[in-house]
Amino acid sequence: MSSSEQAVRRTPLYDSHVALGARMVPFAGWYMPVQYTGIVDEHQAVRTAAGLFDVSHMGELEMRGEYALQVVDYLVTNDVAKLVDGQALYTCCCNAKGLILDDLIIYRAAYDRFLVVCNASNREKIVKVFQNAAEHHCEFHDRSDETALIALQGPRAFEVLDRAGDDAAKLRELGSFRFRDGVVSGIRCTVARTGYTGEDGVEIFCAWNDAPALWGSLLELGKDLGVKPAGLGARDTLRLEARLSLYGNDIDETTNPIEAGLSWVVKMDKRDHGDFVGRAALDEVLNKPLARRLVGFEVTGRGIARHGYPLRDTAGKEVGICTSGSPAPTVGKNIGLGYLPAAMAEVGSRFLVDCRGKNVEAVVVRTPFYRRDGTSSASPKRGQQKEASR
Amino acid sequence: MSDYPSDLRYTKDHEWTKSAGGEVTVGITSFAVEQLGDITLVSLDVKPGDTVTAGKSFGTVESVKTLSDLFAPISGKVVRVNADLENKPEAVNEDCWKAWMIAIAPADAGAVAALLDATAYVAHVKESAH
Repeated sequence: MSSSEQAVRRTPLYDSHVALGARMVPFAGWYMPVQYTGIVDEHQAVRTAAGLFDVSHMGELEMRGEYALQVVDYLVTNDVAKLVDGQALYTCCCNAKGLILDDLIIYRAAYDRFLVVCNASNREKIVKVFQNAAEHHCEFHDRSDETALIALQGPRAFEVLDRAGDDAAKLRELGSFRFRDGVVSGIRCTVARTGYTGEDGVEIFCAWNDAPALWGSLLELGKDLGVKPAGLGARDTLRLEARLSLYGNDIDETTNPIEAGLSWVVKMDKRDHGDFVGRAALDEVLNKPLARRLVGFEVTGRGIARHGYPLRDTAGKEVGICTSGSPAPTVGKNIGLGYLPAAMAEVGSRFLVDCRGKNVEAVVVRTPFYRRDGTSSASPKRGQQKEASR
Repeated sequence: MSDYPSDLRYTKDHEWTKSAGGEVTVGITSFAVEQLGDITLVSLDVKPGDTVTAGKSFGTVESVKTLSDLFAPISGKVVRVNADLENKPEAVNEDCWKAWMIAIAPADAGAVAALLDATAYVAHVKESAH
């Protein structure tokens, strides 16, 4: 075994995944389940019942102290000062050039306590950014190694929680992007109404060592409801149908939030503090016509677009790049995201995807590709389309 | 692990071949299908009359997650192409031993005998799985 393989880490649920027959793959430095029964099967379980995801590989950073809000607000593009206790938001964290270092969820636990959840692949980078900024201003704690994260996503997610203890009623009252502490299956957790699948559901933080018991209990409680464990494969097709960005694919340090369709998390007029990292650069971007835009598209010819495939105009000239692409199990089409010149980015615009030398026809479509229409009492208000997390 | 028919010959790229009436039909094995998962696209880039070369790609099979090349197990002339798979890729998941992709008239009649028999293929699969 090479040294790089030895460095691959295991989440607290590694043994649970193996026992469930998961195919484990190294991902962002962690052994993660890519699938259990099959990507399509797991995808459909999340859309029709619920799926359980291990996302313990993600980073959790805590910022504490009187000036924690100012520090966090300075590092991200969204307006953290608008949060109330028990509320979270999705945001980008940019560098001075206005390019995306990571996309994050920021949770306000108290006026002087914020939790920042970052992508596993960016943890070291984001730790540095937040730790450096915190110096002399607030406390910084990397809680990643003591915090497990389990996502329960799907229309029946709250039925599972109903069976998991007395706090279920309070958890059902959580609005979108709200969170609270609660006891689930006898385990003290923080439950957030967030997700990365386009479905209703929750993400549950618990102590690292409590994760196997919580995971096992939720699977058992949900078994007859059709709840299944779901891997990274299904997570990717689900998030793509919901048009949620994947860092490293659709956004990275060569893209800015405006062209990526994330201008809704860039607040040029923050209530608390004027400046933030990347503000001047993004101001420039906003004052010029955009050169390119991240669009959703459908492959209308015979082919599947994949990350990295060139996009061509109808004359065959290379004009852009596919950042994500896959067959979409619920939508029933081959879909993708990619950067196209702004002039070609309108809905209905036709272009070609270069699928390994074969030019296949595609068309820009409205996104999200999939939108849930459940309006049960447990569902958050419509119009919350701009949800996002990982 | 699935059973591998003993009347077939196999390649290390997880294709099977079946010889009958001077033709060699080609498909992918159950091991390949398990690795790929749900197959959503079969592209056969050859037509009857085309020449294929052993080890060279004659098409691709794609699942939700990945794309895999189809390699010609032997050299020869394509005599038939299973175009049905282009509209019904799931047939490969349903029964990969029936879902043949192309039939080849071998350039060298002895080429198939040089491929792996079921026993040798099973040993190869055991290695590949670890």
